[in-house]
Amino acid sequence: MKIIISNQSELPIYAQIREQLKEQILNGQIPEGETLPSIRQLAKEVGVSVITTTRAYSELEAEGFIATMQGKGSVVLPTDNKLLREQYLLRIEEGLSTAIGTAKTMGMSREELTDIFNNLLET
Amino acid sequence: MELLEVKNLSKHYKSFDLKDISFTLSKGYIMGYVGANGSGKTTTLNLITGIIKAAEGETYIDGMSKEEDTAAYRDKIGYVGDESYFPDHFKIRHIRRVLKDFYSTFSEEKFDGFVREWSLPENKTLKDFSRGMKVMLMFASVLSRETKLLVLDEATNGLDPVMRKEILRLMQEYVMDGERSVIFSTHILSDLEQIADYIYFIHEGRTVLYDAKDELIENFLLVKGESAKIPPALKRELIGLEENAYGFEAVLPSDKAELLGSAFLFEKPTIDQIVIHYIMSAGNQARAK
Repeated sequence: MKIIISNQSELPIYAQIREQLKEQILNGQIPEGETLPSIRQLAKEVGVSVITTTRAYSELEAEGFIATMQGKGSVVLPTDNKLLREQYLLRIEEGLSTAIGTAKTMGMSREELTDIFNNLLET
Repeated sequence: MELLEVKNLSKHYKSFDLKDISFTLSKGYIMGYVGANGSGKTTTLNLITGIIKAAEGETYIDGMSKEEDTAAYRDKIGYVGDESYFPDHFKIRHIRRVLKDFYSTFSEEKFDGFVREWSLPENKTLKDFSRGMKVMLMFASVLSRETKLLVLDEATNGLDPVMRKEILRLMQEYVMDGERSVIFSTHILSDLEQIADYIYFIHEGRTVLYDAKDELIENFLLVKGESAKIPPALKRELIGLEENAYGFEAVLPSDKAELLGSAFLFEKPTIDQIVIHYIMSAGNQARAK
């Protein structure tokens, strides 16, 4: 497990931790069933406040990535394929929307844009 | 469960009033007590430790008031200020002896462990200690006995970045078991900002902001741009507007973000930036009167 905090990032620190853990859970670097460090342990290691790590964990819990059990700590839940697919779909849509947005600002035609898209698919 | 409760603290001096300071700090959390020089930080901390007496208000540590059992109350506190409170002609062995006499929970073993870890000189008198060594010696003396609350008054002033980092580590280790808490005062946050759970900000003896640090950072935006482009509706909401020949900088509550439009640059502020603009806005208002 690795966590790197950027002070330049527009994302708040709790969100940086949440996203990095999510990424590592989704790609299997942190396997199902693994116990995450405690909220206080993580805060101390990363050098952030306890409130920050608490928020990262509770959001991961709300999104179904981990479960926190009294006395046992936070355990990584199985990521079912549907969830995984949704997460990736979301990311694809985000990427494409950015591209489409840029194309619209410069007034690019639909044909030109699809051409670029198709060309990139070929490479 | 609350570790520290501060209720309506007030203290009157000839030229300065501390007014109605109230907050709670739960077990296992760190609070940064922030303000300009002379804003009342030290007065508040001295009221908490019991060095001075409040005109009004109460403080409780772990549910116990100072009046209930003064000695037990003070034993719960580990205090480090920006000046050494040991006599200058003392050597480490003298301090060890004093601590042993004074505190039943003092552990010589722990104390000697810190002395070794931070390479504090055993055969020098305190007079010849560097500022950093004196601070670390104070930390060694409070961390080698059983306390509940660490009170740090500008303890990192004038320390180099490596030592500041070490003190951050000590503070986080202290609250690690979720049973003890830290309150520290400072006029510069920078590196300390990251580990603070709560921020209490006072100015001229009065509370300005008090919230979880993460909330504060989310509740404000740092806005920059051309002064001429500021619409009146926005100008009313900007806090601590600072203008120079080429542009302005101010802080804006995040819920007023829709007033910004696309003409301005805005970004996540640091606590220092929020504090600075609040102090400026107090200055602006005073001038307007």
